[in-house]
Amino acid sequence: MSERHLRVAKVCKSYGRQRALVDVSLTFAPGQVAAIVGPNGAGKTTLLGILSTLSRPTSGEIFLADEPITRDPSARQTIGYVGHEPGVYPDLSARQNLRIFASLYALTDAEARITAMLKRVDLADVRHDLPARAYSRGMLQRLALARALLHGPEILLFDEPSSALDPVGVRWLSEELLRERDAGRLVILVTHDLDAAAQVAGHLVVIRRGRVAMDRTEPAGFTTAQVRDLYAEALRD
Amino acid sequence: MPNENRTASPRLLVACAITAALFVIACKAIADAPREITMGLVQKIFYFHVPCAWLLMLSTLVCAGGSVAYLFGGSERGDRVAVTASELGVVFGLCVLVSGPLWAKAAWGVYWQWEARLTSSLLLWLMLVAYVLARRYGGAAARRLAAALALFAAIDIPLVYFSVRFFRSIHPQTTVVSTLGPGMRGAFWLSLLAFTALWWVLFSARMATENAYARLVDLEVLLDQAEEKKS
Amino acid sequence: MTRSFWRYTALIALKDLRIEGRSREVLYTMGFSAALVVLVFSFALASATDPAQGPITAAGVLWAATLFTGTVALARVLDRERENESIRSLLLSPAPRAAIYAGKLIATSVLMLAVEILLTVLVGVLFSAGVFSHLGWLALVLVLGTIGFASTGVVFSAALLRSRSREALLGALLFPIVIPVLLAASRATACLFDPLSPDLEPVAFWTRFLLATDIIYISLGLWVFEPVVSGE
Repeated sequence: MSERHLRVAKVCKSYGRQRALVDVSLTFAPGQVAAIVGPNGAGKTTLLGILSTLSRPTSGEIFLADEPITRDPSARQTIGYVGHEPGVYPDLSARQNLRIFASLYALTDAEARITAMLKRVDLADVRHDLPARAYSRGMLQRLALARALLHGPEILLFDEPSSALDPVGVRWLSEELLRERDAGRLVILVTHDLDAAAQVAGHLVVIRRGRVAMDRTEPAGFTTAQVRDLYAEALRD
Repeated sequence: MPNENRTASPRLLVACAITAALFVIACKAIADAPREITMGLVQKIFYFHVPCAWLLMLSTLVCAGGSVAYLFGGSERGDRVAVTASELGVVFGLCVLVSGPLWAKAAWGVYWQWEARLTSSLLLWLMLVAYVLARRYGGAAARRLAAALALFAAIDIPLVYFSVRFFRSIHPQTTVVSTLGPGMRGAFWLSLLAFTALWWVLFSARMATENAYARLVDLEVLLDQAEEKKS
Repeated sequence: MTRSFWRYTALIALKDLRIEGRSREVLYTMGFSAALVVLVFSFALASATDPAQGPITAAGVLWAATLFTGTVALARVLDRERENESIRSLLLSPAPRAAIYAGKLIATSVLMLAVEILLTVLVGVLFSAGVFSHLGWLALVLVLGTIGFASTGVVFSAALLRSRSREALLGALLFPIVIPVLLAASRATACLFDPLSPDLEPVAFWTRFLLATDIIYISLGLWVFEPVVSGE
């Protein structure tokens, strides 16, 4: 895969009277997991909203491979998003849900892709007409991942995906993140869990009060101790 | 915008003075205007009622204009204009809705007659009240919701008026004011001018408050940035 | 409107209707509460016979009940997207916002029309109104009136998605705006129900009015939906 970087250029975001993000500039590289950490209310989710092109920054631009995508609806084809809500329709089954998303993304050979994806996230054996409402939390997150990956996005965004997951689910998610990284995707993970970040990240960003307080890349990865130290250093007054 | 964050700018004081003068002149003109034959003194509510209705409509249109600027251009100033105009619309609308029935009772013996213009004013007023409610209780998207509301309200002005007018054509028509005697016309226009000046004064004063608040927020942000630079 | 716009519109409308078809929750609750509204009105307005009032009252009750239960349909069609944050997935997809608007508009209208059929029969029985005399015209008026209501409602319901006061506010915001639709539709319906009316000229007039209003509302809705729903 060619080196298509995601670049955030001096992005600011204000909600009327509140400044959520101030002069944020970052570069994300494919084939890597970037973890964005920070205290509550720091602006991590706001940043992710802008990266997903769902929100528009008050000023600044986002570039993918040097093409501005801030106001480009077609960029959505290359983005997959998993939040702490699964983003699926509770009254429909997994397959029905994925069929809808396949249509939304205008995918050819949808059925084959859906079957492959369900197998990949280990939902192939679930009763085929069971509505998503009846799924366990772990199953829902697996369906959410299937939904996000179905259209083969280049960029994967995760917003606190392992909140409310059991340890098995958390481990599974980390493995999936690494798997996508190894497939060359650009993965960005927003989390408040420093240990989870340490397990997967090769790029660490600390956001504090809307600004970038720390931006460190370590191709060999971080140890848990390193992440904690960097975090403490970034938050030091 | 040098004067917008000062509460009693010279420009505003001058406008107040002019408005006061206009009201004095208008009141004299109204008092001197000939009495209408059938309704007598009561008819003079007209000089108050109609300008207020005009200001209700003006407020709605200004609110809609500001809403367009906010919704499609992200203009914070447009949003401030919209909220200011909406409040003025509620106030002047209330004046219309109080004076209208008073006049109706004196003229036709009933407080309400589903007459096209008064009914349209009522509905427009309700929409502006809805705007205020939407802004306060609309949740995260309150300002956008209210802006959309303002646009629908503006476009509804002709729709409501014509639908009620055609609806009323089935029932006996009650003419509101179709003829203005010669002596009355001057008083009417003066009154209209005085009220519009009042609207302008209130609008400017309210906008000044909104602008001041926005400026305060900007200053807070600058202060924040300066502190960050120091540390 | 490009072909892909219609494709997305159909996709979203069918998705909503299919989900409704599966659970039928909204249909049953709407239908039942609508029927109860009609019943309440018929008790409240019950008088020693006054046949001349029949068609006007019947038409008024029909449309009042439609409006009240329409807000239920609106709230549900948008609320469904909130449950598991599927609205975000929808907005993240390449679907144009205008298509989301149009799709939701169609889905809401279909739901409302399904209940209106029940309402019309009920009103016809309880108020002895001649509902079957001009079925073609009646169907047209019902469709246009419903679309007029839904075209505005989808915008506000979507904007209220994350508001705590959702249910309380929706009606308060919507009703003043759709008064022209209510007036036109109930006038036309009253004329259709009236066996003594000389001709259908008022119906034709009010139907044209409804059509113009619908076009205006839909245009404004299409224009305004994107900024209202996206961002922040």
